[in-house]
Order: sequence, then structure tokens, then C-alpha cells
Amino acid sequence: MTPNLVYVIVIGVLFGAGVSLLLERTLTRILIGVVLIGNGVNVLILMGGAFGTPPIVGDEPVEGMSDPLPQAMILTAIVITLGITAFLLALAYRSWQLLGHDEVQDDAEDTRIIELADRDEVPHADEDDDDLPNPVYDCAPGREAVR
Amino acid sequence: MTSLVPLPVVIPLLGAALTLMLARRPVAQRAISLTALTATLAVSSVLLVLTVTDGPQVVAVGGWAPPLGIVLIADKLAALMLVVSTAVTLCVLVYSIGQGAADGDEETPLSIYHPTYLALTAGVTNAFLSGDLFNLYVGFEVLLVASYVLLTLGSTENRIRAGTTYVVVSLLSSVIFLSALGLVYAATGTLNMAQLAGRFDELPDNLRLLLQGMLLLAFGIKAAVFPLGAWLPDSYPTAPAPVTAVFAGLLTKVGIYAVIRTETLLFPDGRIADVLLVISLLTMVVGILGAVAQSDIKRLLSFTLISHIGYMLFGVALATEAGLSGAIFYIAHHITIQTTLFLAAGLIERRGGTTALDRLGGLGKIAPVLSILFFIPALNLAGIPPFSGFLGKLGLLQAGVDESGPLVWAVVAGGVVTSLLTLYAIGRVWNLAFWRRPHPQMPTAEDEADGSTVLLPRLMIAPTFALVAFSVALTVVAGPLFGITSDAAADLLSRTPYIEAVFPDGAP
Repeated sequence: MTPNLVYVIVIGVLFGAGVSLLLERTLTRILIGVVLIGNGVNVLILMGGAFGTPPIVGDEPVEGMSDPLPQAMILTAIVITLGITAFLLALAYRSWQLLGHDEVQDDAEDTRIIELADRDEVPHADEDDDDLPNPVYDCAPGREAVR
Repeated sequence: MTSLVPLPVVIPLLGAALTLMLARRPVAQRAISLTALTATLAVSSVLLVLTVTDGPQVVAVGGWAPPLGIVLIADKLAALMLVVSTAVTLCVLVYSIGQGAADGDEETPLSIYHPTYLALTAGVTNAFLSGDLFNLYVGFEVLLVASYVLLTLGSTENRIRAGTTYVVVSLLSSVIFLSALGLVYAATGTLNMAQLAGRFDELPDNLRLLLQGMLLLAFGIKAAVFPLGAWLPDSYPTAPAPVTAVFAGLLTKVGIYAVIRTETLLFPDGRIADVLLVISLLTMVVGILGAVAQSDIKRLLSFTLISHIGYMLFGVALATEAGLSGAIFYIAHHITIQTTLFLAAGLIERRGGTTALDRLGGLGKIAPVLSILFFIPALNLAGIPPFSGFLGKLGLLQAGVDESGPLVWAVVAGGVVTSLLTLYAIGRVWNLAFWRRPHPQMPTAEDEADGSTVLLPRLMIAPTFALVAFSVALTVVAGPLFGITSDAAADLLSRTPYIEAVFPDGAP
């Protein structure tokens, strides 16, 4: 079977738009991106099977039927996407409740490195925090050994 | 006896439904979860014995004969993974019950915890048992969606932040997996793995390489191999201790399991073995260098988790019987040990009030039992003889030395260096948290005396101890266990036991 060009273009556009939305920092846009890609994948799966008449035994000759398996897989994928969409919406809403926005934050490691760079320090895991004086630590046995 | 095969999936799912209905009755919830997981463990153990004595156990779901219906297959690899993973989930469940009881969970029960936890177990067992690529995807989705909920439990600010990254990255890997499935079906007309094994051999090389790459990419993100694992150390440590422990033990290993299954069954030609070797070397070395730089026990353990995934990938890349056998043994060892260490980290957090290394100290004197519970798995992770970590690494490195080639030797050297650096990282935790004098801000025995909190509840110590004992038992039974893993590896390499179990009359 040769692929139908219209389907191929639809898949391409859905994937392209979805990926560029995924690269956004707002969770709502990411969510729309995920939904778009999800639909793109569904069309992709649909293209994998034979096209034809409804696959109902008795009504139609078996030779001309469409392949029912991709349709069953797409149904499963749609259900999964639905659940995930609901969860992501809840996540975005909770983030808005807590922070007033739903942007994806920097991860903890990045934040730490940026802070160290601002203070012009080298990263050193065993160093004390400057704003936390810790006399016990400074005279603790084993400190030199660790260095 | 094949009717046993679906039970490890069905029992936790039933338990999840029941616990959801009994959301307002925490005692009943706990009883159901414990019963369900104990039953799953029992069934899995029987399955392991059956697969060792009688070969792979196959069941066609709903009576639809393959390749039309979905099959569930328990071969030696799947059954071994089932036993280890359910044993670990059971211990973590007891631990979380202990933690909930100690924190006065009675008034504000997190009623969603038990159903989600059981759904996670069902997803993991379904992924292990699946003989169909699409069902494998469904298993992954079940465990991932459950893990989204568990990771953002309580939805505090920190967990929402970490959860967002985790969810988005996991979604991306799921989408890649699903696209790969669509393409595989379009190219071969089936998703039954036993049938695919034959059909893939007929495909053009380039197409096969594309499909292999997409599947590896999807599984690689889930298994957190370099450079796809940066999400892991950021998200895991923010979750509650038992959740982190079960994630660390199981989720990445399901990814590695999927890699082993697809690489051996569907793509046995080993065309990208060199790429896998380089990735495994980088995963090991970069991961452990990350661990060395950490100042928080949970983050440090997350980086060792990534790093040691490299060992398993090394065994897969070798694709020899010894290599695969070592990798399977290492998975069993690593599931146990990484979970134990995260449970111990949870205990440290309770006793010391934090897992930040610069605010801890003197735990060795304050909490000697806890020190033992941390010390034994820590040495085990670093590969000190005679523990299973040493035996697993030895098996893998020996398998590597048997192969010739500078790249393999480079990975062997990297494995040794990683092992040493693990010892260094673990030794630093020991020095800072367990030796030196106690930090003044740590909770003291007086805090406990007023009755508001129990620092180290018995119900949390006991499961951690059980897992330490289990990990030591892995060392004691290492001989027979290596016997099973070599048989499993031989079955994987020859492929015929798996295919013949599904299609006794030959694949259509």
C-alpha cells in the first residue's frame, strides 16, 4: 500500500506544531503540544493498517475490509491521552494556585550552579553554607580527611 | 498451571479497585494492599519454579490464539524479575504503612496512596509478562501514570516543580514508543513479539535500524541512560521516601528489561553493539561523577542509580551468554540494593531531620541500628566482596574480559573506576553523616520523649532490615541464582524457547 500524501502531511504538521509547543515553558502550551503529537501518532498508526469497508463480519466481504487492529490501538491511545490531559491540567492548575503561573521551573542542579556562579565560587559539595555558621562542623574530626 | 500467569497483573488491579472503593477505611485499605502483594509474591515465586522446571508459561488472554490476541509470557527472565520486584514492593509497602502510622496518618489518610501503589505494581508486572509490544506500552503507561500521581503526592510546591519535568519527559518517551509501534505495525503487520522476531529478519536493514533506534530511544529515557537520564536526579528525591525507593528500584529496571527483551528477541544481530558500549561507559562514568559532587544523600543515591544502569547496559551490549547473565543478575541485585539504600535514606531523614550532608553528623553513635542498615547495602552497592554487588560486577567484567577489542576493555576499565568512585561517594556519606560530631540542629532524644513523634518506628526499621537480609541472601544463593540467570541468558540468545512457547507449530 502506498501512503496517502494528505495523511503524511497531516502527521507532519501535527508533529511539527506539537514539538514546537513542547519546547515552550508554560505547562498549558506543553499540554496542547502533547495532545497534537498524540493525534499525529494516532493518524500514523491508522496508516499502518489496510483501508477499506467497516470490519464487520457478515456485512462485507472479508477481502475489502479495513484492518481493525490499528483502530483498537488508537482507541487505547486516545483513552490514555485523555487521562494524561486531565492530569496535566490538574498539575497546571495546582502550579497556578501555588505560584501564580504554570511555567516549568529550572531544575535544582541548574539553580545551584547559577547561584554559585553569581557568588563567583567553585562548586564544592562539602563546603558549608555561608549564612549557616556551624562551629561543630569546623572542628569535627575527619574534616581534613574528607578534603 | 498456565492460568497462574495473568495473576500477578490481575491481583494488584483488583486490589487497586477494592482499595479505591474503601477509600475512607484506611485499616481495610492496608489489609487489602498487604494481602494483594503477598499473594502476588507467592504466585510469582510459583511461576519462577515452574519456568525453571517446565520452561516458559504462556497464556493467550481471553482465549484469542496468538497472533490475533495478546499473550502473556513468563519465561525465566520475566519470572525472576517478577519475584524480585514484588518482594521489594511488598517491603516498601510495609515501610510506608509504618511511616504513615508514625506520622499520625489516622486523621488525614491519603486515601489515594494504596490504589495508586497497587496500580503501579500491576503496570510493572504487566510490562514484565507482556508478549506483545502494544501490551508492553500499556504496561508502561499504567506504571507511568501511577508514578505521576505518587510523585506529586500532597502536591507541595517542590513536588509540583519536579513532577512537571518528570511528566513531560515521560510523555515524550511514551510518544516516541507509540510512534515506533505504529511504524513497526505498518512494516510487519503484527505486534506479537514472537512473530515479530521472524518478521524483522525479512525487513531491509535500514528500516530495521530506524525501528531499533526509536525503541531504544524510548526505553533509554525510561531507563535513564546517558544522555537521556538528566530528569531522574531532579525528580526522584522530592517524592516521599517510600515512593522514591520503589521508583529507584523498579522503574528504570523496567526500561532495562524492555531493552534486553527487544535487543535479544527482535534485533539479535548486534549491529549497534559498539554504540551501546559507548553509551554504557558514559552512563557509568558521568553518572558517578555526578554522585561525587552531590551534597544531599538522596540526590547522591539517584546519581549512583543512573551510573549503575551502565553496568546492565554493558551486559546487554556484549550480547554473550555470560554478559546477559551478568546483566540479569545485576538487575536483581540492583533493584534490591537501591531500594534498600533509599529506605535507609528515608530513615536518616527522619532521625537527622534532613538528608543534606552538611547538616548531618554522628548518626553512628546516635542510631547504631540505622548505621548498620545503611552500611551493609552501601558496601554492597560499591561492590565490596563478598556481597552480591561484587559478584554481579565480577560476572560482568569477566564477561567483558572474555571478549576482545579495545572498546570492551575501555568499558571494563570504566566499570572498575565507577566501582571505586562509588566507594568514594558512599564513604563520603559515611564520614559526614555517621561519623564526626552530631550537628546541633538535629532532632535529639528529648524531641522524641515528649511523645509527638517517633524518630525510628519499628514498622519502618523492620522492612528495611528485611530488604538488607534479602540482599545478603542474594549473596548466599548467588550460585543457584547465577545458574538461573545463565539459563535465562541462553534462552534469550537462542530465541527458540520463547518463540516455540507462543507458536508450538512454528510462527505464522
